[in-house]
Amino acid sequence: MLSFKEKDRPIVRKLLCAGCCVRCVLRFCCVGTCSAYRRSYEDIHKELLAFISEESSPQPHDASGEEKTDEPTNKRLRIDEGSTEGSVTAAQTDSDICPVCLGVLQDFCEPTFAKQVSDAVKNQQYEFDSLVLTVSLPAQLSVREHSCWLHVKKEIREKSMCLGKEDVIQVKDAFKWAVQGKIGQELGAAVLANSSCEVSVGFMHPETEEDCHFLANTCPDCFKPTKNKASIFTRMAVVKALEKISEEKFSRHYPCPPKKTNTRCTALDTTCLHTSVFIAGRYNKFSRELPQTPWVIDGERRMDGSVEELIAAPLLSSFRADGFNFSSSGREDVDVRTLGNGRPFAVELLNPHRAKFNRTEIKQLQETINQSSDKIRVRDLQIVTREATSRMKEGEEEKTKTYSALIWTQKAIDSTDLEFLANIKDLKIAQKTPLRVLHRRPLAVRPRLIHSMSSIYLDRHHFTLKLCTQAGTYIKEFVHGDFGRTKPNLCDLMKTNADILELDVESVDIDWPPAIPD
Amino acid sequence: MEDSEKKAPSVIDRYFTRWYRTDLKGKSCEDHCILQHSNRICVITLAESHPILQNGRKIKNINYQISDGCSRLKNKVSGKSKRGGQFLTEFAPLCRITCTDEQEYTIFSCIRGRLLEVNEAILNKPDLLLEKPSTEGYIAVILPKFEESKSVTEGLLTREQYEEVLTKRNQQEEPC
Repeated sequence: MLSFKEKDRPIVRKLLCAGCCVRCVLRFCCVGTCSAYRRSYEDIHKELLAFISEESSPQPHDASGEEKTDEPTNKRLRIDEGSTEGSVTAAQTDSDICPVCLGVLQDFCEPTFAKQVSDAVKNQQYEFDSLVLTVSLPAQLSVREHSCWLHVKKEIREKSMCLGKEDVIQVKDAFKWAVQGKIGQELGAAVLANSSCEVSVGFMHPETEEDCHFLANTCPDCFKPTKNKASIFTRMAVVKALEKISEEKFSRHYPCPPKKTNTRCTALDTTCLHTSVFIAGRYNKFSRELPQTPWVIDGERRMDGSVEELIAAPLLSSFRADGFNFSSSGREDVDVRTLGNGRPFAVELLNPHRAKFNRTEIKQLQETINQSSDKIRVRDLQIVTREATSRMKEGEEEKTKTYSALIWTQKAIDSTDLEFLANIKDLKIAQKTPLRVLHRRPLAVRPRLIHSMSSIYLDRHHFTLKLCTQAGTYIKEFVHGDFGRTKPNLCDLMKTNADILELDVESVDIDWPPAIPD
Repeated sequence: MEDSEKKAPSVIDRYFTRWYRTDLKGKSCEDHCILQHSNRICVITLAESHPILQNGRKIKNINYQISDGCSRLKNKVSGKSKRGGQFLTEFAPLCRITCTDEQEYTIFSCIRGRLLEVNEAILNKPDLLLEKPSTEGYIAVILPKFEESKSVTEGLLTREQYEEVLTKRNQQEEPC
């Protein structure tokens, strides 16, 4: 049973006269219990009628300062017949569509619609145990709500009461309360205020789209011109304009209460969206002919395959995601191998239809990736939070990396010529943007540190150089000098022309993501 | 691994294509070599046949101030799109080099594009230009317009065509 107060009686009467649906009436009576809106239309209607036909102690209709109001019993009959006290405009249609919610709180609150929504979600085959329901309503509903509120306000002000707009229950909330129980039941999931799975229900009403247009004339500064052909009457802009416009001005431009319509809202397709899932790990690259990301020039693929595609493909299919974003702590050239523990990476899987995986299943995914190609290897694969991925980008700028390079020298050398390299600590170098990346990077001079070096003599013109450097150091340019634009460089140190024949990344010194023991 | 001076292709061989312009502005033998990177950036250098590099000449002075209002040293680019760089046409002068024998030579851009940088190292150490004209002694770095990346080398000679020019000169015994 709903508990009404005396002050609600004139509101209920006035709204029913104006053709409002029963749930909108409940809203303006500030009924805040969810279960009230779940009841059937007939049930609520019956109770409302019963309420307004109750008599309290007989009072004159226009007594001032009195809280209790009274109406003669023949009022109820008149309301039942659909005629009014004269507060409704002449141009009244016969339709029974609520002029405030345009049907959203009428047929769309029936179990059949809730089942329709649930079926649409089931068709998209998401796995979830909870969901959040979001509703989008056409902007003109705010205008109609405002109009109805003013209509009600006028009545109760005469009786020295007040009804704040914030006290009125919003259409969105009433709708959710009415349907979420049934939707949750159909889908076997809890409907919560927050969840990683979002089910969106939307409505539109083309017939009344122009209801908002007068606001552009009365409050022009609320409406910003849009870039594409989208309407300037966004929900936010309309709400803002309604806050600004005076009651008197509004009433001049828009009928209070709002006029009835011939059609009700149409429901848009139900859409689902799951928040992204992040998978992190470390990768090794064993091929010297594999780019990290797809290599495309002028729309043409230059080289088949890429590290990111090899890692993401099995993840995309297991998580049934729509797409992915790959990022890593730095990267290496096509012709450079990544050895040792590998380079940290994170894959953001977009709109995954399945998001729950246990450790064993993730281990299995790691195996699948490793079996798919001998060009890469992945370890420490795990699900991480979005926040955790920032640890990885930290590594890109702050941490050190170690390399191994095969060096050719123009002059003949013997092993004693290399000894001095081991004694060099924290060598400061200045690198102008290398010519090979200058087309897509700004021209700048980068100070960098070569922390330490060591060497392994191979023959008179070759040796292996191991280096530990600051993040962001261009190793190839340090070796050959890049037209003298990296200073000092290995040619300067060794006093000969030198070139780099092969480069390997030996380690990326960052301790994220956490190691997963086998 | 081979124990010899012969080796794998150099940085220039791996990443650049050599193009040439000979007898710039009709001046005999004033040849330039344009190194075009696969990413379309061009490095302007003296070709090995340029007079400055012949007969043990020494450099007295290199001047990037090519007119009262314009110094290539003042060139400043910013951002990824290299805004602010002076736009050059084929015969825009890059610098003037005076040798100790008072011969003066102008080095030209040879291609259309935005000037990214001129080599300041040779101001301090002109010998770099004589010893390593193709690498540390480069003159300037130019970025052609994206739409012109392919067409920018039209009108330039390939390595083979340049060598033919040299052969013809030797036959005619032109002094350089």
